[in-house]
Amino acid sequence: MTEPTIYELSSAGRTGVRFPEPDVPLTHLPQSLMREELPLPELSEVDVIRHFTHLSSLNYCIDSGLYPLGSCTMKYNPKINEDIARLEGFAYTHPLQPESTIQGNLALMYDLQETLKEIAGFSAVTLQPAAGAQGEFTGVMIIRDYHRSRADIKRTKILIPDSAHGTNPATSAMSGFEVVPLPSDARGNVDLAKLREVCDDTVAGLMLTNPNTLGLFDENVIEVINIVHQAGGLVYGDGANLNALLGIVRPGDLGIDIMHFNLHKTFSTPHGGGGPGSGPVGVAAHLADFLPTPLIGIVEKATADLPPLYGFIKPPKTIGRVKSFFGQFGMFVRAYTYIRMHGPEGLRKVSEYAVLNANYLLAKMGDVYHLPYKRTCMHEFVVEGCWPDIPDIHALDIAKRLMDYKFHPPTNYFPLIVHEALMIEPTETESKQSLDAFAEAMLAIAKEARETPELLKEAPHDTPIGRLDEVKAAKELVLCCWLPDDK
Amino acid sequence: MFSPHTPSETEEMLKNIGVKSIEDLFKDVPQKYRFPKLNLPEGLTEMEALAEMHEYAGSNETVKGLLSFLGAGAYHHYIPAGVDSLLRRSEFYTAYTPYQPEVAQGTLQAIFEFQTLIANLTGMEVSNASHYDGATATAEAGVMAYHNFRGKRPGILLSSAVNPQYREVLCSYLCGYENINIQTLGEDFTIPGNPDDLAAHVDSETALVVVQYPDFFGRIFDLTAMAQKVHEKGALLAVVTNPIALGLLKTPGEMGADIVVGEGQPLGIPLSYGGPYLGFFATKKEFARKISGRLVGETSDAQGRRGYVLTLTAREQHIRREKSTSNICTNQGLMALAATIYLSLVGKSGLKQVANLCFQKAHYAADVLGQVPGFSVLSDAPFFHEFILKCPRPVEAINALLLERDIIGGYDLGKDCEALANHMLICVTEMTSKDDIDYLASVLEEVTHD
Amino acid sequence: MNVPENLKYTHADEWLSIDGNIATLGVTDYAQDQLSDIVFVEITVEKGETVKKLAHVATIESVKAAADVNSPISGKITDINESLSNTPELVNNDPFGKAWMIKFEITDPAELTSLMDAKAYADYCSTRGH
Repeated sequence: MTEPTIYELSSAGRTGVRFPEPDVPLTHLPQSLMREELPLPELSEVDVIRHFTHLSSLNYCIDSGLYPLGSCTMKYNPKINEDIARLEGFAYTHPLQPESTIQGNLALMYDLQETLKEIAGFSAVTLQPAAGAQGEFTGVMIIRDYHRSRADIKRTKILIPDSAHGTNPATSAMSGFEVVPLPSDARGNVDLAKLREVCDDTVAGLMLTNPNTLGLFDENVIEVINIVHQAGGLVYGDGANLNALLGIVRPGDLGIDIMHFNLHKTFSTPHGGGGPGSGPVGVAAHLADFLPTPLIGIVEKATADLPPLYGFIKPPKTIGRVKSFFGQFGMFVRAYTYIRMHGPEGLRKVSEYAVLNANYLLAKMGDVYHLPYKRTCMHEFVVEGCWPDIPDIHALDIAKRLMDYKFHPPTNYFPLIVHEALMIEPTETESKQSLDAFAEAMLAIAKEARETPELLKEAPHDTPIGRLDEVKAAKELVLCCWLPDDK
Repeated sequence: MFSPHTPSETEEMLKNIGVKSIEDLFKDVPQKYRFPKLNLPEGLTEMEALAEMHEYAGSNETVKGLLSFLGAGAYHHYIPAGVDSLLRRSEFYTAYTPYQPEVAQGTLQAIFEFQTLIANLTGMEVSNASHYDGATATAEAGVMAYHNFRGKRPGILLSSAVNPQYREVLCSYLCGYENINIQTLGEDFTIPGNPDDLAAHVDSETALVVVQYPDFFGRIFDLTAMAQKVHEKGALLAVVTNPIALGLLKTPGEMGADIVVGEGQPLGIPLSYGGPYLGFFATKKEFARKISGRLVGETSDAQGRRGYVLTLTAREQHIRREKSTSNICTNQGLMALAATIYLSLVGKSGLKQVANLCFQKAHYAADVLGQVPGFSVLSDAPFFHEFILKCPRPVEAINALLLERDIIGGYDLGKDCEALANHMLICVTEMTSKDDIDYLASVLEEVTHD
Repeated sequence: MNVPENLKYTHADEWLSIDGNIATLGVTDYAQDQLSDIVFVEITVEKGETVKKLAHVATIESVKAAADVNSPISGKITDINESLSNTPELVNNDPFGKAWMIKFEITDPAELTSLMDAKAYADYCSTRGH
């Protein structure tokens, strides 16, 4: 059942939402400045509501089921967050309003900065970066400017473990650094010998994800950080996996110099079908001066009668601005509400249950799926989606068949260091029943892989559409709807 | 707290795993730093959290409560009820990035429709699935142009009539590139000049020229002649634009733009103190493979049913890693959906109406305010819905007085450009009535009377 | 897997055929198999250009990967295969024939000695996983 596009539903002369006539004397619009055609669809409100309601029914979502996507932390998105983000006092504030009129917003942003500092053990936090990748970009620029400020210009390399998320090397390269990959050892830790070998005074820093994308906490993390620091480099922490660490350990305490947060992962802001995210960055004291501008600060201390006066602060050696205005404000409201509802004990429970759930699933699946690293995992784990005796079956086939069991597939083919990887992160909001159902599905599929492989090869069977021809999409490159005159 | 575990379930799970307690699962964490006590206030129930957040929200004034004439990159427009009602469907907002297209056709088709709407609105051939905001979209235009010439043309020319925040962000993004030379022209003029003046500075080292249309000061210039000159020198032209204005005005595509970017917030997205917003990016088909960010393409399944997928993903960070030209991962999915729904609801006739209302009311305001003693409207260029009002006193002082009368005055242009001290940027949209404009005029007259 | 005898090979899966002082460059059967369906080929150098060894000369894209093709030798470009932009699938169907990418005049014959012959390349491929 294909849903027509808005252009196919369009009917000349239909109107949707209308607006009043001008209440002012009219000014003539010079014809030479005006466009002749405006190729937008003409739909009634009913058309539009039905169309998008139909489209919504074609989507899987957290509210319909589990997403075991490693490193995405697809936890439940609390509904109260949505109500609060829509309060008029937030939604109708203009980013250029005079400071005296938006002290509530500034107080909230200040409090969120302080809260994130405390959670992760940093001295200063910027909320400006729009997403994790932008947070990384901010972090790498801070590293660059820090070394430059000390006239240390020979540091041209960034070390990145081979298990890292693709944004890490991409960010380093676009900031002008040379990427040096670091292998992992047999236990999934950063290979210390290799690290010592490459870590010299040409290294600007190391980008470390801990726990890493294998879901493993680096057993030598303190040593890793020391080696880099001793060589004069900085350690950037990719905070994508922070869901394992809330109230468990603070990256800043371990010696991490900079880290980005993902509010849309750890702090429950919704994924929205691909965004918006939000990627605040925390730094140790020696890097605070380099943060993007502006930060929110207290410009006048509180008195007996008055609350503090909040305002904007420009860090003295700022790397500049990475986004317009202050960041994804609507996501700050949601994340802050989430944190306030949990408090320190609740946050610790989040990580405890996240790690419990992952280890439980691992215990249920570990006999049937090959686990390359036999250690206690943190909030996620990676198995191989293949078996040596049935070489025709790949992780992709397992992923597609899972959809017939009404689950979203886990992350597949990442990290690159595991063959046919399936990276599984259940998050703490899944119940034991939900995990049991998922484990059962995975075990059933493993059985089908041997007995009735065609079920996997031709999967999915029960979804709104079957496997799509990606080669055709890339070759023909149709990126816009057909308009009535095109065909 | 949203974890559903009961004590007995937790027990059973621990047994299955083979450990005695949850703490045992964290033995790899160095003991010295394990289980820190976080100095944060106690957790709240939903009721209490709502009350606390109401306090924050209640400590703000809003553009609903006060009369606002602020624009300068974020605009107060009417959002039809249908937008949020659809956006609150959890199948849209709690969905993940559509990497598994079989269960994400809703998201994918909506983005495909978004791409089409943006391409059509801007007069270009293709559009991507969005960037974080107008500023980063502008920066990505710089990135694309630089890579297009493989670094052999390291020059980027910016008009000073481009939003200052956008210029800042473009510089942040590109300053690490080899040999890069970013110049802003027009800063020493008393008012930034006509874009034709920029064309004289384009040479064989220029990769990209960036102008804004209507410009940051609201003015409209025909860019056709300038585009020709830019192309004669082999460079590319990027135009930063306002999507509401395009309901009426000639498109940048028609005038010869190679890349069109801008801020999509006016299309059904609340002001929300600056974010989340929506960057859009449109260009010619010949550059399709060089666009950064996500792209949705049409295809079919084995049964011949039409469907949509993320395509050209081999360009992106998760495959190319350090060889990708950009690190972008998320787009602004839900905001792109909001814009798609907004444009579908207002449609061809509605968008024209909104644009016309903005145009008409702003011109009335310029007439009326220009007649207040001591004030004058600067520039005789045609404008859309923003214009520069020259004031007899510092803008900060005037705005403080306006605030006492429940009015948020225009943007203080002196903040960015010394030559424009005592000038404010007034914005008028369909949300402002004739009475509101008359009220502003009378208050301005009153407060500057002495 | 096809590994024609008369060609030279690199560890990055490029092949060269030598005819007097003209070399022709393409990518191997192993490469096209790894990439799977090729959707786009972009040759990034022009006729008349001189390139140094290891310079980037083309990019090949499939749905799952994008690979860089680097020149195994220094040379002056004498010809490029224009048909690849319209029919990228030639790389999958005929990697050693119709999917040639670039022809150059060899400027430093000594560089040819570091290339592998067919047997060495075939052995190399058999040691690799996928």
